[in-house]
Parts: sequence; structure tokens; C-alpha cells
Amino acid sequence: MATTDVGWIDAGTRPRPLVDRLHEWVTTVDHKRLGLLYVGYGLLFLVIGGIEATILRLQLVRPHNGFVSPQVFNQMFTMHGTTMIFFVAMPIVFGFANYLVPLMIGARDMAFPRLNAFSFWLTAFSGLFLYFSFVGGFGLYGAGTAPDVGWFAYAPLTAKTFSPGHSTDYWTLALLVSGFGSIGTAINIIATILSMRCPGMTLGKMPLLVWLNLVMAGLVILAVSPLTAAQIMLLVDRYLGGHFFDTQAGGSAVLWMHFFWVFGHPEVYVLVLPAFAFASEIIPVFSRKAMFGYPVMVAATVAIGFISMSVWAHHMFTVGMTAAGNTFFVLTTMAIAVPTGIKIFNWLATMWGGKIYFKAPMLFCIAFLFQFLVAGLTGVMMSSAPFDWQLGNSYFVVAHFHYVIVGGILFCIFAAFYYWYPKVTGRMYSETLAKAHFWLFVIGFHLTFDSMHVPGLLGMPRRIYTYEPGRGWDTWHLVTTIGVAFQAAGVLAFVFNLVRSYVRGRPAGSDPWDAWTLEWSTTSPPPEYNYASVPVVKSRRPLWDLKHPEDPDWKYE
Amino acid sequence: MSPTSIFAPLSTPAESIFELSILVLAIAAAIFVVVAALLVYSLVKFRRKRNDDGREPAQVYGSLQVELAWTITPVIIVLVLFLASARVVFAVQDAPRTKDSLEVTVVGHQFWWEYRYPGLKVVTANELHVPVGMRTFLNLLSADTDHSFWVPRLAGKTDLIPNHPNRMWIEPQETGLYLGQCAQYCGTQHAKMLLRVYVDSREDFDRWARQQAAAARDDGRVAEGRRMFEQTACINCHTVSGTAANGRFGPDLTHLMSRGTLGAGVASNTPENLRAWIRRPDDFKPGSLMPPMGLSESQLDAVTAYLSTLQ
Repeated sequence: MATTDVGWIDAGTRPRPLVDRLHEWVTTVDHKRLGLLYVGYGLLFLVIGGIEATILRLQLVRPHNGFVSPQVFNQMFTMHGTTMIFFVAMPIVFGFANYLVPLMIGARDMAFPRLNAFSFWLTAFSGLFLYFSFVGGFGLYGAGTAPDVGWFAYAPLTAKTFSPGHSTDYWTLALLVSGFGSIGTAINIIATILSMRCPGMTLGKMPLLVWLNLVMAGLVILAVSPLTAAQIMLLVDRYLGGHFFDTQAGGSAVLWMHFFWVFGHPEVYVLVLPAFAFASEIIPVFSRKAMFGYPVMVAATVAIGFISMSVWAHHMFTVGMTAAGNTFFVLTTMAIAVPTGIKIFNWLATMWGGKIYFKAPMLFCIAFLFQFLVAGLTGVMMSSAPFDWQLGNSYFVVAHFHYVIVGGILFCIFAAFYYWYPKVTGRMYSETLAKAHFWLFVIGFHLTFDSMHVPGLLGMPRRIYTYEPGRGWDTWHLVTTIGVAFQAAGVLAFVFNLVRSYVRGRPAGSDPWDAWTLEWSTTSPPPEYNYASVPVVKSRRPLWDLKHPEDPDWKYE
Repeated sequence: MSPTSIFAPLSTPAESIFELSILVLAIAAAIFVVVAALLVYSLVKFRRKRNDDGREPAQVYGSLQVELAWTITPVIIVLVLFLASARVVFAVQDAPRTKDSLEVTVVGHQFWWEYRYPGLKVVTANELHVPVGMRTFLNLLSADTDHSFWVPRLAGKTDLIPNHPNRMWIEPQETGLYLGQCAQYCGTQHAKMLLRVYVDSREDFDRWARQQAAAARDDGRVAEGRRMFEQTACINCHTVSGTAANGRFGPDLTHLMSRGTLGAGVASNTPENLRAWIRRPDDFKPGSLMPPMGLSESQLDAVTAYLSTLQ
């Protein structure tokens, strides 16, 4: 596997049986293995969620299409949204945090290795549990008893009256259990960062990735807890005669909305902060310059963390809040554009005056900058409450948040995959395949999600399984669906590249990018104990100091 | 031209939103052009050259002045956008009722719309009629799950939420038919919960209201069909004024034939469609809460003939 074999196993002994090696993966408490398990699990569900999206797109390719029934369509968009947020984005983000944070702070593992394993397996089982719903009822044909209440499951659709049987229970219990897993991992990340940094690494000298993941983990605790509480309340409603959300017994549908979005909006930042984290490591290295305005980037991140807790009701501009209430959430929502804008400008300033290398990780980051700019601006448009009375719950919203999640977050995740692939596997990926992936995905992304904005502007609400002709929506939907083929081809190139390079890629060495953070000072892949001796750092870029003893960073920080 | 474009407003609230949206769009477009141009410039200007000497570029760690500049500029832009938005929020939400404004109660059902005009003693379904050139206030209620009333050319959307009465208003300037549909996922047939709003001239509206307030026509020639209707489960869900039918679960049928469409806009209201709808509503709208009535061919003919007289 690795070029230099470091570890417990004597090179001479013959390979252990497969069962032993699998057993090792199941019982592991090593942060790197758990990180890989998280990421692999997320990738598996990415493909499943992608298949669901393809079914949705085929149904909408033309008006009055009959590819799937309305019931199946509703189950597909519910499962697609739930899967992509809870079983793709969160696990991948947690996986990278697990793998990278201890390495970047010079630690040998997370603070609580067994809590780490426990959290992963909770998430893993909740995903399997959710998908078991497909087997219930009439089985796969007719999509079983998969939930059909939408990924934000508004009350009272989830009440026993409107959702008899167990489909909603699968959704509730899966999110409840995965929520406990997320909270466990968040506690672990915070404890690790606060107490396991190597000598010399003060808070102000942590890599930006570590800072961003610290704020992300704090947000997880604040955001996922109310969601978990709401799931328990919903279960009480459904099985113990509670009336929190049961409107037919005097409960409140609006209460559920508040509970859900007080989770739902910070959740966006839970996902996007790690994406910012990847960009903040990759852009400096491929521009050959230190991150511009590190303290401001940290301050902006913390500001985003705080403000994101006060914007949730911008998802509720149409539910009949008072004018004063609506205005408050307009202000908080627009305010978050300021620290986010600062981040974009700082990345731009980092590239300014640098020497930009257009390798695959950087290409994905550059596309991210443009796409996230657009996503931010459509977000500002919808933060204006009156404009949102038209755009809210329309296809424009669907296009906007896919621009954030795919155009922003997924592009950064792809960048991170290519950037750290040599570190994780010890092998270089194929740059040609990576560039093919990039261009296919950029084309597919823009075909699909640029055109998706327009039907929203022309009055198309989201979550409809079919539509009337003659409203100017048809052509846009055709183009949207065509884009799916390009994206699928891109993902195929990506997966093929990962697999092929693992076997055939040329050895990467410990520092293929001539980078500056600690993880590049150990072997690729890192040994189980990460560092033979605990590193000591003097600046934010310890490897720069090492490579440029005549002009080290710590003189300027 | 799309009949549901948000950029073709013909009613006061939709117009206020439109004017604001143009301002917001212009500012967003300007920001995009400036930032994207800077990005493209730096990518071209600072790409690694072919004859690069391999030395690291000058390391710059930050600049307080520059950071301040790109913090203060967005703050000012945000303030402008906020004030412009707040003005429209208050103008639309706090619009006063006038003495002559019309009040309509809208009740969202899975998957159709009930309209009640308390002042005019009119109850109808799925096709809303309002007079041109004056304010109509819509009091929004729900009988079951969440719905949302969205006719883009008349106003922004407002949700219909059980136990949470809402209110919105429209003030259309031109007569005609305005289209829209339910904008909050409400169950299986959310997609076919279509909205049709007829904006009538004052005289047409008064004539329509008088006709709707009248009792159902009783035509002796279709007595057979009427008996059939009153003896089956139809009357548990539907109302025909002046008869035994007083259900409220489904649309009021007193003046069914004055409406242009069936099933909340899914099919035009022809005798053939009506007959096929009664036979199996799922053929038009799978998941509709009206069950197939299991009538024989002759019973279907009779009931269709009766309903066809309900002008």
C-alpha cells in the first residue's frame, strides 16, 4: 500500500484473512478509519440520493408525464432530501473533520475514540433503518412504506390522521438516532480541538480548517438538539396522545416550523463551514500565498455562527408573521451576507499577486467561488421578504439551495477529495480523469441548476409531480433533466478515478503539493499513531517555517 | 408569455413586490458583475506563467484598511436593501380595509379550494370571482393540512394553516382569468390543486353573485338523476342548496355548471368529463379523496344529466 511501511505489522508476515481485516474496520476506534467509514458511507448514499434525483427529473422532463405515480414521486423527493442532508452531506463533512482535525493539530486521535465509533455506527444504522422503509408495505414496487411528508415534514401532514401506518415513523426515528450520532461527533470535535493541540498551537495559530470545524461543531450541538426534541414531541403526538403539532386537537403547525427551521437554517452553515474550510486550505496552497486576513476570516466565521442562529424564520415569510416579525428576519438574514462577503473577498485577495496552479482541487475551488457568489446573491434576493412572497417555496428556491449545496458544498468536497487523496492513500489520482470530472460536472451543474431558476420565476411551486403545459416551464425542465446525464458521467469519472488510482496511481510521497500544514509532514498514508514524536509549531504554517528558515511566518504573525 | 410570471403583475401587492424586486435584482447583478470581473482578472493575471522561475511569490498576510473597506461597503448595501424591503413589508401587510372592500373566506382542502362570501351569501369552489379595481381581502383557513394561495400576477403567496387564520389582499386592475396553484406541499395531489381567479367587471361580478346566491335549479326532467344523487353517498360530502345534500367535505355543487373546470382545474367541465370524473376520479387525479361511486352505466347517465342542469 504505502511506499514506506510504518506500523505494527511486520512486512514479512502473510496478509491476514479478509474476515480479520473486516473485523478490524468494524471495531476500529482510529479517527482516520472512522473518517474513511463516514466518507465511504456518505458516498454510497450520494449515489442512492442521485438515483432518486434522476427519477424526479425523468418524471418532470415534460408536462403530464407518467413515469412514476404521484405517491412514488412524493416519496422520492422526501427520501432524496432527507438522504442528501442527513446521510450524505453530514457524514462526509464529519468524515473529513474526523480524519483531518487530529492530524492538523498534531494529535494522535480524537479526544473520545469510542464515542467517535459509537456516533458513526448510530448514523450508519439510522440510514439503513430509513431505507428499510422501502421494503415494508407493498415492497419496493410502489416504493414500500417510504415516508412521503417532505424533508421538512410539516405538521399536520405527519399526524396519524394524514399519515397512518409507519412511513413517518421511519423518518422520525432515523433522524432521532442520527441526531444523537451527530451530537456525539460534535462534542468530540470540540473536545479534541480545545484540549489536544500540539505545543505551540494556540487558538490563533490553528489552521483555518480547524477553526471552521470548531464553529461547525458548536452549531451542530445548538441546531440538532431542537430537531431531536421535535422528533420526540412528534412521537409523543403519534403514540402517546400528545397534541404539540396535532392541529385537529388544537396543536400548532407553526410550532413545528419554528422547531424545524431553528435546526434547518444553522444546518446550512453546518454544511457550508466545512466547505469554506476546504477552500481556505486549498486556495492558499495553489496560489502559493498565505491566507489573506486570517484573523478576519476567523472573526467572520464566528460571526456567521452567531448570526445563523437568528435567521431561521426567513423560511416562514409566508406563514403570516407580523410585519415587525418579518422585518426582523429580513435584517438578520441580510446581515449574514456581510461576513460571508468578507470571506469571498479574502479568498480573492489570497489569489491576488499569487502564482495560481490550475490543478483539480483548485479548479473545483474556483468554480465554487463563482457559484457560491451566485447562490449568495439569490439568497439576498429571497431575504427581502416581499420578494420571497413570490419566490418562496417555488422552483427558484429549489435552484437556490442546490446552488449552495451542490455548487458550493459539493464542489468543495470534490476539491477536498482530490487534495487529500494522496495523503489518505499514498497514491496520486489521475489529473486527466479529474479534469474530465470537473468539466463534465461544471457543464451538468449549470445545465441543471441555472435553468431550474426560471420556472420558479414563472410561477412553478416545488414538490409537484406534474405540471400544466403552456406556462413557459417545459423547455427549462427539459434542459434541467439533460444536465443530469453530464453530472452522472462526472461522478462516474470521479469514482473510477478513486478506485483506479488506489491500485495504479504513482506513489505520492508525504508532501505532493508543497503544502504548509502539519498533516503533510507525516507519511502518506499516516501511521496509526499519526506522528512518531509530537510536533511543535511556531506559526500557522509550520511547514513553511521549515522550508523557509530564512523567512519564517512567525516573524510576521 | 407565461400566464403565471411574477414579472407581469396586474394587482397592487404584486406590483409593489415587482418594483422592489427590480431594485434588488439590479443591485445583485451589479455586485455579481464587479466581483466576477475581479475573480476573472486575478485568475488570468496571476496564473502561473510557463516560464515561471519556481520562486514563491511575495507573502501578504492581510491589510486592515482593505478589510475595513470590504466590510463597510456591504453593510451600506445591506442597509439600503433592508429599508427598501421593510417599506414594502409594512405597506402590503398593514394595508387598511376600506368600507367597500370585499371579504372572501378561502378554505384549503385536500385538494381543492372552498370560497365563501359571507356578505353575499355565496358559497362556491375552485374558481374565485372578484370585481376589478377594488380591494378583495382573503381570509385564509385550512380544513386539513397546510396549503398556500399563490396567483403570481395578483399577489405574493400566503399560507393556509389549520388553527392559524391568515389574511391577504388583492386589487386587480384588469379583468380576465388569472392562474396559480397551491404552493405548500399538502399531500398526494398537491400538484393538481390549481387556482383560477376570474376578475370581472363590476356589473359582471354583481350578476355572477346574484346567480350564485340563488337556490339550485329544480328541473323535473332529471328527477330520476336527482333521486339517484340524493340516495347515494354523494350527499355526505357535497351540498346542493334546497336539497337533502348538505355535506361540506367536498365542493358545493349548487351551481356546478357555472364553473369552467372540474377537480380544482384538472379538466374542462364538459358532460363527458363530468361523467368520467364521477365514474373514477383517479383517472384525472390519482389520490383524490373522492372515491369511485360504483354506479352502473344508466345511473351514471342519470346523475350526470342531473348535475348538468345545476347552472
